[in-house]
Amino acid sequence: MSVAAELDTQPATALGAPLGLLAELTHRCPLQCPYCSNPLNLERAHDELSTEVWCEVLAQAAELGVLQLHLSGGEPTVRRDLTQIIARAASLGLYSNLITAGVLLTRERLEELAACGLDHVQISVQDSDAANADRIAHYAGGHRKKLEVARWTKALDLPLTLNAPIHRQNIANLPAIIALAVELGAQRLEVAHVQYYGWALKNRQALMPTREQVLASAELIAEARTKLRGVLVIDFVVPDYYARRPKPCMGGWGRGIITVTPSGRVLPCHAAQTIDGLEFDNVRDRSLREIWSKSAAFQAFRGTTWMREPCRSCEFRGLDWGGCRCQAFAFTGSATNADPACDKSGFHAAFTDVARSEAGRPAAAFTYRRPRSDRRVG
Amino acid sequence: MNKGSEPERLLIGVDSLPALPRHIKLRHDPTRNRWMILAPERVLMPDPIALDILQLCDGQRSVAAIAAALAGQYAAPEERILRDVTNLLQDLADKGVITA
Repeated sequence: MSVAAELDTQPATALGAPLGLLAELTHRCPLQCPYCSNPLNLERAHDELSTEVWCEVLAQAAELGVLQLHLSGGEPTVRRDLTQIIARAASLGLYSNLITAGVLLTRERLEELAACGLDHVQISVQDSDAANADRIAHYAGGHRKKLEVARWTKALDLPLTLNAPIHRQNIANLPAIIALAVELGAQRLEVAHVQYYGWALKNRQALMPTREQVLASAELIAEARTKLRGVLVIDFVVPDYYARRPKPCMGGWGRGIITVTPSGRVLPCHAAQTIDGLEFDNVRDRSLREIWSKSAAFQAFRGTTWMREPCRSCEFRGLDWGGCRCQAFAFTGSATNADPACDKSGFHAAFTDVARSEAGRPAAAFTYRRPRSDRRVG
Repeated sequence: MNKGSEPERLLIGVDSLPALPRHIKLRHDPTRNRWMILAPERVLMPDPIALDILQLCDGQRSVAAIAAALAGQYAAPEERILRDVTNLLQDLADKGVITA
């Protein structure tokens, strides 16, 4: 026998229960990033779930088999009850991950969150260049504050991930972004090419990099991973407009992740509301277990039975699950089509052409993320 | 940046004292009835051998001591066990799952 054990690093999604809960505590956020993953119709503060309901949702999630809690938004630190929510997660044994812009945190508040049992902090940066970062987030002084919060995080001995969304307006600084992650002592860096849904789709022309830029970024990441082995773990999310195969979005619809919006709507994916015709249950009406196992929205694209060609007979159908349903709907008009990122899709050539042509033109002005009532083009 | 303060790769040797850092949780999951490693944005499923090794990583035992403890459990030459344990822990250290 051998003890050359390999860790199975595949997400444990085939086990019938969700591993992760993405809790969008609020859609309020002081930043206005033009690629925000929140929906265009932002939910209002007065519709947000109460502390008690969130705590009950966490208990139901743990009971259902969730192991990891991602506290997100909007900006989750806007919620004054964040400490109570984290404390509840810790008491339930959930691994808590705070996904924050950082700009509203004080050192005292961060200490308080750590004391409540927070396991991990993820801070977003918009660029390594402060002026450009603040322009992208439309928030003066934001970048400097983020660096300060990152340093507090390290000083409090909390593990730190830096998250850097990448697009044509910051991709040239990728080497400096990697250096920044090392300098700040982050254990992990997420370099995530912007994915084009919601706000990012609205701003696609202003964000889409060229194919050459994307390939160069992939090479740079491969080099950095070798050079920084054991120092920095780098996760890299590629943009699929130049891909041949789609990404296994969410690890498959209704397989591993459950998302709860600020008002309690339960989604198989945070962008699922972009698909027409899906109805979403609310944690105020039904239990998480019932929604996970029975709700129409979760059943709609679960597994492979909903598929048509070219997915239905495709050898990869149980690996990439047909790619992203939201992208299929947005680009082809039907959520049961193959993701146009796949070169087996009849829409693939048009999809790639869009990217090429948009990346080839000068970048348009950003439409910043704002609530509907005070939105204007920035 | 000060060159001297740059973090370096952790290299696992026979005298290393491996342990799980505070933010890595090795937990039995009752829903799936198996052990899981909870890490930032990752869940890893250790196989039974990796689990045996991880449960001995208490920051007190050296890699050599861990290999010796496993030699009693597994029918394999001790030097091979030592090599395999070292390789596994190096891989985990590179993933940020082990400190020493």
